[in-house]
Amino acid sequence: MAIKVAKNVLFCAMVGAGVALVFWWISPRTSSTALSLSAVASGERSADIFGSTNNEAQAGSAIAVDRVLSELNQAFESDWQDAGLSSASAAAPLKVIRRLTLGLSGSIPSLQEIRVLQQLPNDQQVQHWVADLLGKKRTSDFLAERLARAFVGVEDGPFLLYRRRRFVDWLSDQIFEARPYDEIVADLLNDDGLWTDSPAVNFYTRNIIPDSDKDNIPDPILLAGRTSRALMAIRLDCLQCHDDFTNEVYLGDAETTRTGVQADFHQLAAFFSETRNTFFGIGDVKDRVIPYQYKLLGDEAESILQPRVPYAPELLGEEGALRQRLTGWMTHRENRPFARSIVNRMWAIMSGQPLVDPVDNIPLNGPFPAAMEVLTTDFIDHGYNLHRLIHLIARCDAFRKDSRAAFDIEDAHTQAGAVFPMTRLRPDQVAGAVIQATSMALIDENSNVLSRLKAFDQLRQFIRRFGDPGENEFETRGETVTQKLLMFNGQMVSERLKDNLSVSELHWLSPDDKTTIETIFLATLARLPSEVEAQYFLDRLADTNVRKKRQVADIYWSLINSLEFSWNH
Amino acid sequence: MSINPNQHPNCGGRDHFNRRNLLKLAGLSGLSWLTPLATALAREAEHKTSAPAKSLIVLWLEGAPSQLETFDPHPNTEIAAGSLAINTNVDGIILGEGLAQTAQQMDSISLVRAITSQEGDHKRAIYNAKTGFRPDPTIKHPSIGSIICHQLNTKADSALDIPRHISILPSQNAGRGGYLGDRFDAFKVNDPVNPVPDIRSRVSDKRASRRLESLEFLDRQFLQTRANNQTVAKSLGNHNLDAALKMMSSEQLDAFDVSKVPDAERLAFGDTAFGRSCLAALRLIETGVRCVEVTLGGWDTHANNHELQAGRIEILDPAFATLISELKRRGLLETTMVVCGGEFGRTPFLNPLGGRDHWPHGFSIAIAGGGIEGGRVVGETNPNPQKGEKQPKKLLKNSRPIEDIHATILSQLGVDYEQELDTPIGRPLKVCEGTPIKSLQSEG
Repeated sequence: MAIKVAKNVLFCAMVGAGVALVFWWISPRTSSTALSLSAVASGERSADIFGSTNNEAQAGSAIAVDRVLSELNQAFESDWQDAGLSSASAAAPLKVIRRLTLGLSGSIPSLQEIRVLQQLPNDQQVQHWVADLLGKKRTSDFLAERLARAFVGVEDGPFLLYRRRRFVDWLSDQIFEARPYDEIVADLLNDDGLWTDSPAVNFYTRNIIPDSDKDNIPDPILLAGRTSRALMAIRLDCLQCHDDFTNEVYLGDAETTRTGVQADFHQLAAFFSETRNTFFGIGDVKDRVIPYQYKLLGDEAESILQPRVPYAPELLGEEGALRQRLTGWMTHRENRPFARSIVNRMWAIMSGQPLVDPVDNIPLNGPFPAAMEVLTTDFIDHGYNLHRLIHLIARCDAFRKDSRAAFDIEDAHTQAGAVFPMTRLRPDQVAGAVIQATSMALIDENSNVLSRLKAFDQLRQFIRRFGDPGENEFETRGETVTQKLLMFNGQMVSERLKDNLSVSELHWLSPDDKTTIETIFLATLARLPSEVEAQYFLDRLADTNVRKKRQVADIYWSLINSLEFSWNH
Repeated sequence: MSINPNQHPNCGGRDHFNRRNLLKLAGLSGLSWLTPLATALAREAEHKTSAPAKSLIVLWLEGAPSQLETFDPHPNTEIAAGSLAINTNVDGIILGEGLAQTAQQMDSISLVRAITSQEGDHKRAIYNAKTGFRPDPTIKHPSIGSIICHQLNTKADSALDIPRHISILPSQNAGRGGYLGDRFDAFKVNDPVNPVPDIRSRVSDKRASRRLESLEFLDRQFLQTRANNQTVAKSLGNHNLDAALKMMSSEQLDAFDVSKVPDAERLAFGDTAFGRSCLAALRLIETGVRCVEVTLGGWDTHANNHELQAGRIEILDPAFATLISELKRRGLLETTMVVCGGEFGRTPFLNPLGGRDHWPHGFSIAIAGGGIEGGRVVGETNPNPQKGEKQPKKLLKNSRPIEDIHATILSQLGVDYEQELDTPIGRPLKVCEGTPIKSLQSEG
C-alpha cells in the first residue's frame, strides 16, 4: 500500500514538474538575465571558429571576420548592381533562425529555444544561434548526413564490407570537432584499413561491386565519377563513354580551358587502379604496378591510361602511391575548385539552393559569383574551417534577406541571393519540423531516451513513405499526392497531435486564448500571428460547441499542413 | 525531349512531339527523308501501329526465383538436383512441377529463358531489372512504370482520380520516378485486406472540414504575400491538394478493396496477400491504372532451395494463372501486359547447404498479354554445364540482356524506346538501351 502511495506521489510530482516546465516555456520571458545560450555561456567553440583562444586575439579575429563579412556583402551588392537587380530587405531574426535550424539541424527551433533567444537583443540572436547550433551534436549529425550523400550516396553498399552508419558517425565527429575539411577529405581519399576501424575507407568499400568478378576491387570508374562531382564539383560523367561533344565540360587550365575528352575521365579513374580490398581492409598494391586499361570509344583494343588529373597538373606531386598523390593534389591550397565545391555545397545545405546550380557542377572557367570567391579565399586562408564558413554564410546580408519583396521576384533575384530563395522542405526536414513543432521542449541528443526513440521511429517511417530524394536533394521538386495524403491523414501527424501534452493540454496551460494561438504559431512557424490570423483563430476558439482540446489540435493540423510550414523561406 | 521539373504530371510530354508536329517540320525541310526526322517519323508510325498494350502488371519476384524450379526446368539432369517438371497445354514447353495452374495458361504466356545481366548483387540487380540500367552514382534512372506514366497521357489518364502507378506489397525497392521526379514514384499500398494507407481522414467529417477551412485561410494569407514571386508562385498552387481531396472521396478507390469480391473469385487467386494483391491489380487495371507492380519476396534460397522455392511457387501459381485467365475472361489480356520474374536466377548447382546462389548468367522471365503471342520460348540454357565454367554466358543460345525486356514492354505499349530524354541537368539519356524481342510479338 505504502509503495503504491509513494508511486502515485512520485507520478504526480513528475507530471507537476513537467507541467510547470511547459507553462514556463509558454510564458513570454521578461527578464533579460534569466537564461543564456550555451554558446554565450561557454564561448569555447566560438573561440575555435575565430582561430584564437584569448580575449585579445578573439577581438582581433572578430575584426578580421567583420572585414571578410564586409567584403562578402560588397561582393553580393556588386553582383546585384551589375545585373541590375533590386534586393529584398532584411528578414526578421526569427525567420533567419528558422532557416538556420532547418539548414543546420533539419528541424525548426523549439518553443523553448525561441523563448531563450528572445531574451537577446535582435542583432545578436542569429550570431549566437549559429554558435549554439554548431556546439550541438544534432548539427554535426545532420551535416554529416548531407555530406555523406555526396560522398557515398544513400543506397546500401555491399553487405559486410560497407558500414554507412559508421561512415556518417565518423563524419559527424569530424565536423563536431571542427576538423579542417582538407584533412577530412585526405582521410577519405587516402585512408587504409577495415571499414569498421577506419570508417573513412567506406568511401572505397561502397564502390565494390559484390558478386562480380572484381569483388575485391573498389570500382575506379565509380570512384572517379563520385570524386569529380563531390570533391571538385565537376561532372565528368559524360566523358566516361565519349568525348565531350556538347561543349559543356571544360578542363585543362582555368585560364586556357579545353573541352573534355574520354581519356580525362579514365585517367582520373587510373588513380584508383592500385587500390584493393584485402584481409586487412582497404590498401594499395605495393609490390607491382597495376596499369589502368580501358577501351576508349573508337579504339579497337584496350590501352593503358596513365593517371592524370583533369586540370592543374602542376599541382600534382610525383612521389607516393597514386591515391596519396591524388590526395595531395586535391587538397592543395591552389586547387580552388576543391574549396569552391564545399563552399557551394554548404551554401546549398544552409539555404536550400547553391550559389552555382547544380551544386556539383561549377564550370572550371567560371564565371563565379563574386561572393563565392570571397568565401573560397577565406576558407582556404583559414585552414578549411567549416565552422567559420558556416558562420560567415549565416551572418552575411544575402542569407538574411527576406524571401518577399516589393518588386517582382524572378529566378535571377534568388539565384544571385538578392532575395532569399524559397525551397520546399525535404522529407527529413518536414518530419523533423513536425516532431519539433508538437513538442514545447527541444528534442535532441539530450532528450530522454523514449522521446528520442519515438521521434526516430516516426521520422524513419515518415521518410520511407514520403520518399527520400537521395543524393539529389537540392533539385527542385514538386509535392506529390502521396506526400499530401501522408501529411493530411498519416500516422505521424496524427500521433504527434494526439499523444503530446504540448498539444493536448496547451489550452489550459495558457493564461488565455491569445497566448494559446501565439504559442502554436511560434512552435510551428517561428513567428507570431498577424492580427488577421490571430482574430481568425480567436473566433475559432470562441466556438463553445467544440472542445477546446480538439480545436487546438485542429489549429496545429492546419498550420502543419500549410504552405508556409512546408517551405523554407 | 526535355523534362520540365515544373511540368504538370498530367501534361503528356509525348503529345508535344507527335506525328503532326513532325510532319510540319518535315514539310519545311523538303528533304526530310535524308534527315533524322525521317527516322523519327518512321519510328513514330511504327509505334502508332504496334501499340496493342495499354497497361502493365509486373509480378515482381524479389530475391530471385530459381529458373530450374519455375520457368526453365531441366528434369533428369544433374543441375535439376531432383527437381521435376510438368507438361503444359503447349506441346514441348515444360514448367517446374509446382506451376500446375500456370501450365494450363501456357498458350497465353511466353518465356524468355536465357536472360543475362551483369549484376549479381540483389540491390544492384533489382535496380538493373526495374530500370533497365546498371546503377550509376551520378543519375537515378526511372523504373519501367514511371517511364510508361511519363510517356503515356491521354484524357482517360487525366480523368483518373487514383495514381496511375501503383506498387502493392512493396519492398524497399518499389518503382521510383528517378530523374523524372518523385511524382512518378509508385503509390504504395499493402495487403488489400487493409484500407489504402493515409486515404481516410482520422477525424470526423465536421472536424476535417474545419481543418481544411483553416488551412485554406492560412494558405491564402501566405500566397497573398508571394503573388509577385514568379519563380515559386507556380509551385505554390494547390493542385495537389485538390488531387488528394479528390482521391480521398473517389469511388475508384473501390478497386483496391477486394473484400467485396465473391469468395470463389477471390480465393481462386489463392488465400494469400499476393493472391489478393493480384486480384487488386486486375481491378486497378480495369479502372484505368497504367502500371501495377505486385511483389512476392522470399526467393533468396541460399539454403534448402527446393523446399523454400516450392513454398513460394505455391503462392505464385494460383495467383499468376488466375490473373491471366481473368484478364482473358474480361477481355483485358490483349491490352494488358503481364511480366513475371525477379532480378536474376539461381546457380545450376546446389551448394553444400542445398541452396542455390545468385546467377545472372541465364535466367527466365514470363511475359503474357499486350500483344505478346503465347506459347513461345526465346532462348535456351545449357542442361549440362560444367561446374566452375568460367564463361557461363557462352553456353546460352539466343540469350537476351535484361534491358531487352524493357524494350519489349515499351515497344508493346507504343512508347518510343529509342528516344533520348534530357535529364534535369541537361544530360541526354536513352529511355532504354535494349532491343524488343520481335519473335514474341503477335502477328497482326
